Amino acid sequence: MPGKMKQLARGVSLVGAGMSKFGSFPEKSSRDLFVEAFLDMRNSIDKEFDVQDIESVVIGNFSSDLFEGQAHTAPIMADAVGLVPKSAVRVEDACASSGVALRQGILAIASGLYDAVLVGGIEMMTKLPTSRVTDTLAAAGDVLYEIPVGFTFPGFYAAMASAYFDRYGAIPEDLMQFALKNHANGALNEKAQFGVTIPDWMEKRKESAARKGRPVPTWQDEWEFLHDDRANPMIAWPLRLFDCSPITDGAAAALLVADEIAQNYTDHPLRIIGSGQASDYPLHDRSDLTSIKAAKLAGQQAYQMAGIAPDDIQVAEVHDCFTIAEVIAIEDLGFFEPGTGFKQAEEGVIARDGKKPINSSGGLKAKGHPVGASGVGQTVEIFKQLRGKAGERQIKGDPRIGLTHNVGATGQTCVVHIYQREE
Amino acid sequence: MSNNELPFTAHSFQHYLSQGELKASRCTDCQRVFLPVRSLCPDCGQDDLEWVGLSGKGKLAAFTSVYIGPTFMIEEGFNREKPYLTGIVELEEGPRISARLLGLDADKPAEIKIGTPLVFTEQKIGDGESETHQLAFHSAG
Repeated sequence: MPGKMKQLARGVSLVGAGMSKFGSFPEKSSRDLFVEAFLDMRNSIDKEFDVQDIESVVIGNFSSDLFEGQAHTAPIMADAVGLVPKSAVRVEDACASSGVALRQGILAIASGLYDAVLVGGIEMMTKLPTSRVTDTLAAAGDVLYEIPVGFTFPGFYAAMASAYFDRYGAIPEDLMQFALKNHANGALNEKAQFGVTIPDWMEKRKESAARKGRPVPTWQDEWEFLHDDRANPMIAWPLRLFDCSPITDGAAAALLVADEIAQNYTDHPLRIIGSGQASDYPLHDRSDLTSIKAAKLAGQQAYQMAGIAPDDIQVAEVHDCFTIAEVIAIEDLGFFEPGTGFKQAEEGVIARDGKKPINSSGGLKAKGHPVGASGVGQTVEIFKQLRGKAGERQIKGDPRIGLTHNVGATGQTCVVHIYQREE
Repeated sequence: MSNNELPFTAHSFQHYLSQGELKASRCTDCQRVFLPVRSLCPDCGQDDLEWVGLSGKGKLAAFTSVYIGPTFMIEEGFNREKPYLTGIVELEEGPRISARLLGLDADKPAEIKIGTPLVFTEQKIGDGESETHQLAFHSAG
């Protein structure tokens, strides 16, 4: 890649990370969830510290304006966790909002202005009916040229899938393998919205029908279930319900500090060794619809800063807003050659016990996708995995290097981070 | 831009569309054609553009059949039982643009082929004050 090697002006460490439960919480607001995430983050920090040492707050949030009727959310979050009068900033880059908030926190510390920054993300989506959630998410598309002709977010990714299928010969069942894998991971995550495997989900549906005295479905296995138009309806061909991440309420929080003070918080900080971000055109203006160029560029920037290669990544959380998005992500990040990503779930390579574990948290698919909180939500999983705190879903082999990949809309924004635990 | 031309905006594009015309902007320097309409050429960095009529010929680059649409599509009568097609069309002149797709079977998306030849049409939606015109392409077959 041309140009001079880009480095942070000083090192930044991740010393704590936490999240609220992801799900549907009609009796809560986003500030309640942010407090929950903040407390979880605080509990993750090994040593005693003074919360007032935090000098700034950066919050990713796509649209509390439309979802909750609440704008200007950053100072509200700072207030909720007792950090007024520290500076508070909101970042909006669609579903990449909090991945970008993380990067803004890193840049603020690298600049030398602050030594400790709280970054986080919030989204409260379930207060609106599904049809209005669809309309609100559509605002992240191009409202002049894309949305009026009927594109929806599932529709955009479905169109990418149509191009990918045509080019590489993948079929809908290849995508279903990604949903099966992510639900298997999510079943081991107590914070996940859908902490249940797809076969168990199917059994629960049968039990529920029996209990209500309704005809009990006769699915023989998960494949029959996934092909049932009633159980797994088409949303935007070729994507069905189980190819789509859910509508979710949630919040996440992480504490970043300058490397030189990291030891005040923990003996096991994670160094931010790579950070990259890029933008792209709306989907129709791209020459290749089977890849997201901004993700490739953000990944290349992060790898270059870190001085490592894709093969060095031991665990990764990638932006699987739809099953096809995970396929494209693992190719864009250089984990697999273009046109081979779709085979990796079926072959077990990206399973928790595979060679390249992807989305051990359950991903956005099973963990949930509170859009503005998802980026830092990914950071929470990498924090746990690299510190050996992921419980039942812990990746074997004591991983030390992890990556997060967070995408806004159809890839107009992509942000990638690489984290490393010192020996 | 000469005085009798409309500004290079989405609004102007819509105006031409309502007259049944498919128009794009073109850089007078490098001749690159822009749809969505641009008022600044990102390659040349200059803003001397002109309107150009397009042939209306294109081919299908990507598509989907939408079963769960936005509110305004539901109001147009689409639903789970009656999906609609939308996609990205690669125009003969080079640009790619999002458009509604007509003349293909939304109930059988698996049978639709990438590369299918398409021709421009425009779709009038609603009447009176709520009347809008949407970019659409029809199967050329």
